[in-house]
Amino acid sequence: MIRKLGAMVIDGVWRLGFASRFLFLLLRYSGQSFLRLHLTLREIYFSGVLSLLIILVSGLFVGLVLGLQGYETLQRYGSSEALGVLVALSLTRELGPVVAGLLFASRAGSAVTAEIGLMKVTEQLKAMDMMAVNPIARVAAPRFWGGVISMPILAALFSAMGILGGWLIGVAFIGVDDGAFWSQMQAAVDIRYDILNGVIKSFVFGVAVSLIAVFEGYDCVPTAEGVSRAITRTVVSSALAILALDFVLTSFMFRG
Amino acid sequence: MSRSTIDLWVGIFVLMGCAAILFLALKVGNLSASSFAENYTVEANFSNIGGLKVRAPVKVAGVVVGRVSDIRYDNERFEAVVSLTLDSRYSFPRDTIGEILTSGLLGEQYVGLEPGGDERSLKAGDSLKITQSAVVLEKLIGQFLFNKAADAPQQ
Repeated sequence: MIRKLGAMVIDGVWRLGFASRFLFLLLRYSGQSFLRLHLTLREIYFSGVLSLLIILVSGLFVGLVLGLQGYETLQRYGSSEALGVLVALSLTRELGPVVAGLLFASRAGSAVTAEIGLMKVTEQLKAMDMMAVNPIARVAAPRFWGGVISMPILAALFSAMGILGGWLIGVAFIGVDDGAFWSQMQAAVDIRYDILNGVIKSFVFGVAVSLIAVFEGYDCVPTAEGVSRAITRTVVSSALAILALDFVLTSFMFRG
Repeated sequence: MSRSTIDLWVGIFVLMGCAAILFLALKVGNLSASSFAENYTVEANFSNIGGLKVRAPVKVAGVVVGRVSDIRYDNERFEAVVSLTLDSRYSFPRDTIGEILTSGLLGEQYVGLEPGGDERSLKAGDSLKITQSAVVLEKLIGQFLFNKAADAPQQ
């Protein structure tokens, strides 16, 4: 058993080292892949535009739930006008980037891993290498940058949609005062402190999820089972990475 | 390279993202009030700042005219030194009084300015002459009990 544990640790460190080298290569060949911008655009379409529906709908529902639950609690202290503050701060600081990141990892990250993994199984990556086409520049980098660009946009849309959802339930259905809802929100939410930090968070999550997705696909065992395992690992380690990074970033950003 | 429908969708996607960020910036956060383009900083000494935080608002007659930019401790005067960054559209007399107030019962603390009658106005780097510290609940209760005890024998 100790032997197995040791093998697991060594394997983990090995993969970590390979992932770091992979990130370095990705960044190095990004210039080449930006020369063919339409490849990156295609990936933004696949991972960003096609994720729009799930992001918008779940953002709306998260906002609705926040509005209901927040109202329930705030009303006990007679400060239901602070609903806007509660919804906006929790969405822009935490829920927007984190939940959008989790959804993005399972919607787009898994698809990227499956695609690259399948390319590896059918030896398309090797074929590219044979034809002197760099597979990292041609396949990996566009998908990586597609994810990195899409993620902050999706998180911002998620937050905006959630706030609209909170407004819908709070103002339109329950009857919190419209002016107080927005004005208290505007007084409490700071551009740099809350919104910009949220955008930075979502950017970091975008880098993490895209790197994990691309790397797992590239590193998978080229069998049907290997691809399925790689997809599982993408979703699991993306979720863990998002939550762990969120804790680290929050402790750096919101400490006062 | 010709334009394709994917480009259109990506364009729409990016536009939506920009609109969302703009919505967050303008409607949710308050762009105009949180960043003063031109400002000047004055200082105020308080013997007790209570729970005042950096970035707390500075209000005159209830209107936000600036923010608390720095709080530090002066070890020679044994007082807290609070830097107030004020919007340069507003100028105040030199004998303006600074006080630390609380918005609502459980609200956050802010710095309130009470303009005086001096003809010269505050410049950058000046410090407020008269200040009033934050009300500390324990002291208030202590004072109340003390007065009560002093009143009791007379009855």
